[in-house]
Amino acid sequence: MKTATLLLLIPFCLPNGPLVGQGLAPDAWPTYAGDYSQRRYSTLRQIDQTNVRHLTLAWVRRLTAGPDAGEGSWFGPPPGPPAITGGVAEQPVTMPGATSGSPRLSGSILQVNGILYVSSPDNAWAVDALDGHVLWHYWWKSRGGIHIGNRGMAMYGDWLYFETPDDYLVSLDAKTGAERWHKEIADFTQQYFSTTAPVVVGNHVLAGTGDDLDAPGFLQSFDPQTGDLQWKFYTVPMNKGDPGLETWASLDAARHGGAQVWIPGSYDPATQLYIFGTGNPTPAYTAMLRAPRDEHTNLYTCSVVALNVDTGKLAWYYQTSPNDTHDWDATQAPVLFDGMFAGKPRKMVMQASRNGYVFVLDRTTGEHLLTAKYSDAANWAETVNAKGQPVRNAAKDNTVAGSLVSPDNGGATNWHPPSYDPRTGLLYVVLREVYAMYYLTDKDPRMLVGLGGSEQDVVGSLGTSIVAIDYQTGKLAWKYRLTGGSGTGLLTTAGGLLFANDGSGSLVAFALRGRRSPVPLWHSQIGSIENAPETYRVGGRQYVLVTAEGALYAFYLQ
Amino acid sequence: MHSRRRFRSLGTVIAAFAVTMCAPPSPAQAPPRAPDYPVRPPAPPEQVAHGQQVFRSNCSFCHGSDGRGGETGPNLVRAQLVLADQQGELITPIVQNGLPAQGMPKFTLSAADIVAIAAWLHSQPLSDRGTPSTLDILVGNAKAGEAYFNGAGHCAQCHAVTGDLAGIGARYEPKMIQNLIVSGGGGRSFGRRPAGAAGPKVPPTTVTVTLPSGQTTTGDLDHISAFVVALREPDGRYRSFARHDSVPKVVVTNPLQWHIDRLPRWRDADIHDLTAYLVTLK
Repeated sequence: MKTATLLLLIPFCLPNGPLVGQGLAPDAWPTYAGDYSQRRYSTLRQIDQTNVRHLTLAWVRRLTAGPDAGEGSWFGPPPGPPAITGGVAEQPVTMPGATSGSPRLSGSILQVNGILYVSSPDNAWAVDALDGHVLWHYWWKSRGGIHIGNRGMAMYGDWLYFETPDDYLVSLDAKTGAERWHKEIADFTQQYFSTTAPVVVGNHVLAGTGDDLDAPGFLQSFDPQTGDLQWKFYTVPMNKGDPGLETWASLDAARHGGAQVWIPGSYDPATQLYIFGTGNPTPAYTAMLRAPRDEHTNLYTCSVVALNVDTGKLAWYYQTSPNDTHDWDATQAPVLFDGMFAGKPRKMVMQASRNGYVFVLDRTTGEHLLTAKYSDAANWAETVNAKGQPVRNAAKDNTVAGSLVSPDNGGATNWHPPSYDPRTGLLYVVLREVYAMYYLTDKDPRMLVGLGGSEQDVVGSLGTSIVAIDYQTGKLAWKYRLTGGSGTGLLTTAGGLLFANDGSGSLVAFALRGRRSPVPLWHSQIGSIENAPETYRVGGRQYVLVTAEGALYAFYLQ
Repeated sequence: MHSRRRFRSLGTVIAAFAVTMCAPPSPAQAPPRAPDYPVRPPAPPEQVAHGQQVFRSNCSFCHGSDGRGGETGPNLVRAQLVLADQQGELITPIVQNGLPAQGMPKFTLSAADIVAIAAWLHSQPLSDRGTPSTLDILVGNAKAGEAYFNGAGHCAQCHAVTGDLAGIGARYEPKMIQNLIVSGGGGRSFGRRPAGAAGPKVPPTTVTVTLPSGQTTTGDLDHISAFVVALREPDGRYRSFARHDSVPKVVVTNPLQWHIDRLPRWRDADIHDLTAYLVTLK
């Protein structure tokens, strides 16, 4: 089936389509994680363990952000099309990486019908997947907001959607890059900033946002044609009588409680549930004002949440860090897969969380199945309670005298997408085992707003690794130590390969060998890698695509 | 929240950051980046002072003398309405009409007084995110720290209070000493350093590369990946070697390995006691 036909069918077929098991469209990469399950496992197998040593550069395209990107020069980037300008700011802010220079390409890239759709803060491009030719470039005049990254675009038919740091959802015509509309999706005065990739499910554009002050989190659903709001789910109680209010010290605390939705969720067509993670409570580094007692777990912060995609109504939730005091948000990808668990077939969701623990849940009911610590270093909790939740050790909170805690603020893992290989039943995760001294900077909890009140000094690391987690036991099948200090996400393929950023500037293809440690077969040193590798097939050829230092790198077999 | 450590661009934090972390700007430097969120033009100091005075007489009973919340009233400095307000236009009707449902009475204050209150509220810093602690971190017992240094901690195996650690209490502030106890220092700038304070000299990580021929090369590690190892020989010459599987043989020696191995085993109380001891070495 041609990709175009398949994509057109997505909005209409999903409620009944068994797409999670098979992946959405093996040739294309039509949504944030390639498919709705967030497994980042491709069934493509043209590139495999026997031939990956011959993988070679197909093309490289350096992109330039901002209004003048198309002009180029004889010593600069090749000329591209002039930027199509959008945005509401009368005096747009100047922001290197957004208004000029090299963009931070840390998001997913869509590939539909041979065209790549690439985004970075305030910028979007359409690029020919065969040779990197830029078809159009759209630039958004920004009024500000935190320009930390952009996780990618969503697509519905010929229409694209992406978010801007100053809190707009922008829809473009994929053929021309012309703007169709823009809608303000969060209140800029409350210091929201929007980085996440929207996800299209049926006739819904699902869009989260972020905030580093202490505004309430939410997920919204918009009409793909008009941009009209369909529903809005707050991730904290906003009114008297709201469920979960009893888990907060006061309504005021709840309304400033955070729980931002800043990473895309997964979708289960069988149950029509959109399953996503929520961010930390605020103030992040003290529980005194929001959770003075044990029953104050601060719902639905640090939780995996399942909503009915048509109504936005809560189906279930599971909180991974009750009453969090370390910024252990649970926004990491909830990965959907089916398999046996304790002798029974189960439909499951698995999350390797920022707090160093991995959770397996029944994705239909939210029933907890398994908790395991996948970071040896994580030391902020001493026990796990009857619900499978790690119980915070108050001695490892931020203290005036300093507490030695792992993970550091970056977490055991973070936004970097994991990968699940259905043939091995293993979830592959980039694990950081870094320690920091956590110092409380003010004894008055009222002074601790948002992410304030904490000084965190990194004092050492056991290293960064790729780990393979067995979902049935939570145990590590293997742990492969990387020489570098960071990862940006993983990809597995039916060719028995795991593609990873080694943190030292190389994209590496590893041979997966079941429960034995992987073996690096191929690498290419391309510089500081910025996103998770992807794969797709165009013109009969399988490509591997990754970004580094503001450029796209496409590899294939020659 | 989002992963990258960064400083918030809230006015006061920027100022503190600029003062503590940056050298005086030179013309060659790029202009400071724009704040993430628009900054209100500062109100005249006398208006801010008047606003504070009016607030303390009328509002602090419920909202606290600093506006950050009291027994009954919420924190106003970062209240959603105050954040959205520019110059009192949203705050004024609340003050004049009250919020009966939430138990807030109305106040008969002049328009100028309310605008002054708004100016004072807007002058208050929102969050100290990214600001280092200035609190006294010393809680440990120096005697216990000394005993730990010479006994259970085995610190004396590598360090001497009359040698490398002599006078350390005069060289660094206590928090940095504490961070150094855990990190051991090193070239990776683990631990926050005050401007101008050089870290302790730590021997470099070294590497020995043994080729299949048996020829060995030893030097200071420059960088290493699964595919390349690079070093500086004692005479400063740079050498790099391709790595394939386990060829050539590579042995890395990190003088701080003890500190890394120690990370999972520290008790915070021992760290605090050691800090209390080392700060006495002046």
